[in-house]
Amino acid sequence: MAFRILTRVFLLLAMLLCATGVGQADEAAVRAAIAKFAEGKGYASIEAGVDALGATADPMAATALNGLNDGLLVLRKDDGKIFLTDAAGTTLLDPVTGESAGEAAGAVIEKLKIKNSIRRKIAAALSGMTLMAKERSVRMQAASTIFASADPAQLEPLDKAIALESDAAVKTRMNEARAAILLVTSKDQTVLSAAINQIAARGDRDALQTLNAQVGKIEGSAATLLNNSISGINNRLQIWNAGQNIWYGISLGSVLLLAAIGLAITFGVMGVINMAHGEMVMLGAYTTFVVQQFLIANAPGLIEWSLAFALPLAFLVAGAAGLIIERSVIRLLYGRPLETLLATWGVSLILQQTVRTIFGATNREVSNPQWMSDGFQIGQIAITWNRFWILIFALAIFFALLVVLKRTSFGLQMRAVTQNRRMAASVGIRTPWVDALTFALGSGIAGIAGVALSQIDNVSPDLGQGYIIDSFMVVVFGGVGNLWGTLVGALTLGVANKFLEPYAGAVLAKILVLVLIILFIQKRPRGLFALKGRSVDA
Amino acid sequence: MGILTRRVFLSASAALLAATAFTAPAFAADDTIKVGILHSLSGTMAISETTLKDAMLMLIDEQNKKGGLLGKQLEAVVVDPASDWPLFAEKARELIEKDKVAAVFGCWTSVSRKSVLPVFKELDNILFYPVQYEGEESERNVFYTGAAPNQQAIPAVDYLMSDEGGAVKRWVLAGTDYVYPRTTNKILEAYLISKGVAPADIMINYTPFGHSDWQTIVADIKKFGSEGKKTAVVSTINGDANVPFYKELGNAGIKAEDLPVVAFSVGEEELAGLDTAPLVGHLAAWNYFESADAPINAEFIKTWKAYTKNDKRVTNDPMEAHFIGFNMWIKAVEKAGTTDPDKVIDALPGIEAPNLSGGMSKMLPNHHITKPVLIGEIQADGQFETVWKTPDLVPGDAWTDYLPESKVLEADWVTLKCGNYNTETKACLGDVPAQ
Repeated sequence: MAFRILTRVFLLLAMLLCATGVGQADEAAVRAAIAKFAEGKGYASIEAGVDALGATADPMAATALNGLNDGLLVLRKDDGKIFLTDAAGTTLLDPVTGESAGEAAGAVIEKLKIKNSIRRKIAAALSGMTLMAKERSVRMQAASTIFASADPAQLEPLDKAIALESDAAVKTRMNEARAAILLVTSKDQTVLSAAINQIAARGDRDALQTLNAQVGKIEGSAATLLNNSISGINNRLQIWNAGQNIWYGISLGSVLLLAAIGLAITFGVMGVINMAHGEMVMLGAYTTFVVQQFLIANAPGLIEWSLAFALPLAFLVAGAAGLIIERSVIRLLYGRPLETLLATWGVSLILQQTVRTIFGATNREVSNPQWMSDGFQIGQIAITWNRFWILIFALAIFFALLVVLKRTSFGLQMRAVTQNRRMAASVGIRTPWVDALTFALGSGIAGIAGVALSQIDNVSPDLGQGYIIDSFMVVVFGGVGNLWGTLVGALTLGVANKFLEPYAGAVLAKILVLVLIILFIQKRPRGLFALKGRSVDA
Repeated sequence: MGILTRRVFLSASAALLAATAFTAPAFAADDTIKVGILHSLSGTMAISETTLKDAMLMLIDEQNKKGGLLGKQLEAVVVDPASDWPLFAEKARELIEKDKVAAVFGCWTSVSRKSVLPVFKELDNILFYPVQYEGEESERNVFYTGAAPNQQAIPAVDYLMSDEGGAVKRWVLAGTDYVYPRTTNKILEAYLISKGVAPADIMINYTPFGHSDWQTIVADIKKFGSEGKKTAVVSTINGDANVPFYKELGNAGIKAEDLPVVAFSVGEEELAGLDTAPLVGHLAAWNYFESADAPINAEFIKTWKAYTKNDKRVTNDPMEAHFIGFNMWIKAVEKAGTTDPDKVIDALPGIEAPNLSGGMSKMLPNHHITKPVLIGEIQADGQFETVWKTPDLVPGDAWTDYLPESKVLEADWVTLKCGNYNTETKACLGDVPAQ
């Protein structure tokens, strides 16, 4: 009995030893491959190193390959050894184990440079190694890469991975990748047909690409199936396309709404032709920039929350600017629309040049928080997070403003002044004070819009100019003095633009929309939703 | 006008006067040589042109430290045409007639160059134009130190067609809707078709200036790229529209390995307003990158950062063009022994001056220069890494060889004395533009 236990222990030990022995041999191979990076000069040696690492097919090589892809792999000049560095570039790490190997300071290190052709090689080499990785997303990525490359060399590791895979979605992706390889290599009609069906079931653009690449290369009944599958996918995508266009339209509409909503107050409610409206948006965007710079310098941990800090500040900055403009310029020009137009135009130029002098003429970088990057899919409709949040944000502002107008005493006074200034003054409302605050509110809202627009557009002194014409278009089209009109107007223009764009091109679509609005205004001079009752006093 | 507004107006104009007095150059003694700088410092083009004004001021400053020119100090005369094309012509006239400058360095957009051309011809002065442009022009009074299409667009397409560049078979030519992208794309389309690319494999798309909603176009590009052939985008998108375009590309998950974008108008300066992490690997074709590995470049960058007192200021291709052009002008003036524009124009062809990537550029008889062509990939730090370079310097070609109506034209201001000599009819077309 004891003997048996002993033999077992011995066997186990032997196995362990064996395992580490094999491990060491593999590690040596990986290290030898990594050493190739240091041989010779330029891209050729890097390429040789990637090839050698790929040939080991060892998951241990993945660390070095990932590092190379991320630009973290370096060559120490004094002894020609390869190391990984951390993101800051201060510590050297072992390229296989990832353990610390000393400080980078003092040593002369050189980053290993890569280019697109090498990036493609790295992705291909990594895909085979990471098929059995722990993280689901990495396995998914590996399967997708193989699906796109259809590299026959990956068939074997893929078969092994499929046998072990437990996650259904990843398994499907792997089977699709396998089908993509078979589609290239196999000559058997039944295998080909099965592969085509498997890929066609995916039904997206990537599937279409893989199938399209084989047109003319496959013969027999599979060729017919291939063509039918392609046209089937195309038809389905056509329908999705309409949905995608609607989303694009709504998203463009939400940007228009954001840009126009402040103007709906200053121009729509107050009747001030405010050409400096775009500059209020710009001030909001620059506030975001300043807030981000401040956070980077003082509290880098809070950078993800930069927009939350920027929103109230932008409202205050733009609102204060609006208040000053109203008190110093517009107040003197009420009832003289042409002079207001010229004066506010001048104010807009002054603001632009001021910002240009302070911040410089070049674009400023405003970073996207992580939760506003990338996108997601609903069926075949791709939605990017930043556009999605901007839509939500625009609607939130819209409804908040609606509540302020309809449910607060300030909103009541504002509407009273708009509808009958004299009567409002007679019942004791301080109309100049209401005017100033209304203008400040409209400007503040424009500032908030600037925070959102800094996420999709460039932050430059000209930012506002791009939006001023669109904003006026939305407000006039929707009906002056009506917030709901602004909402409907913005969304209508957005969707109309996006449906015209694929057929007419971006330039012509814009012109067509403008012509349609002019015709519409001829028919209904007061816009979609005309304000009933007494007119806004001029 | 009420009293108050009049007072506001008065004080505003007083402030304006003070401002002009402040920015106008100090009027020094008569024995200086004046150099005109005609770049927009306000308006939409200020984003690109302000840097060039600073670069020129630095070059003039450096030259003065070296003892000036012909024993005299150089004096910069800066005017602001405010991105307004007719104002360019007015300001050019002011520089030449009122300030009596010896040469002008300026303009960015082709339309501004076209607007000042008649002024330079009439008053017989010299313009150094530092920006890559669509070609199809050669004027006696203009020296083109930026790239002609054969020094940027054609080599970039060649690179993408090679195995190294990804063996691209399908092409999206995307540009802003104005003369430079339209002409460049016309030349590229003719070139691609001559290389055997089917017209169905070329998609051409134009967008308005400052276009900010790229969702549909990026989706179209993605769709065009899913036809089973390797696809690339050649972008002549200009100015501010680039930032939202690249942001959309990043968000739509278009990676450079799969669908590379090669840009002709995106340099270090444009990338400064952008998080470049999602854009790593996308390409740009220029004749100079700040990352160029040459001692003369390191020296230039050092001087630039010291001059602007800003460690983050980047250098870019049009700045290098001014660097070459300015040094060529200095040498030509020294050779001619005078700043008289007529004599300098005759002295300029054949003059050599170093470029910042370590070579020697030469002014050609067609008033274009020889330059290396570099393809760079965007890096995470906002710089470009050169991945490919022409083995020799490429001589600038004023009239492209890929359009039938331009193929027969030749520019030569030394022997032929003509900017558009028709080699078939053996006649100089003169002032008639060959369109």
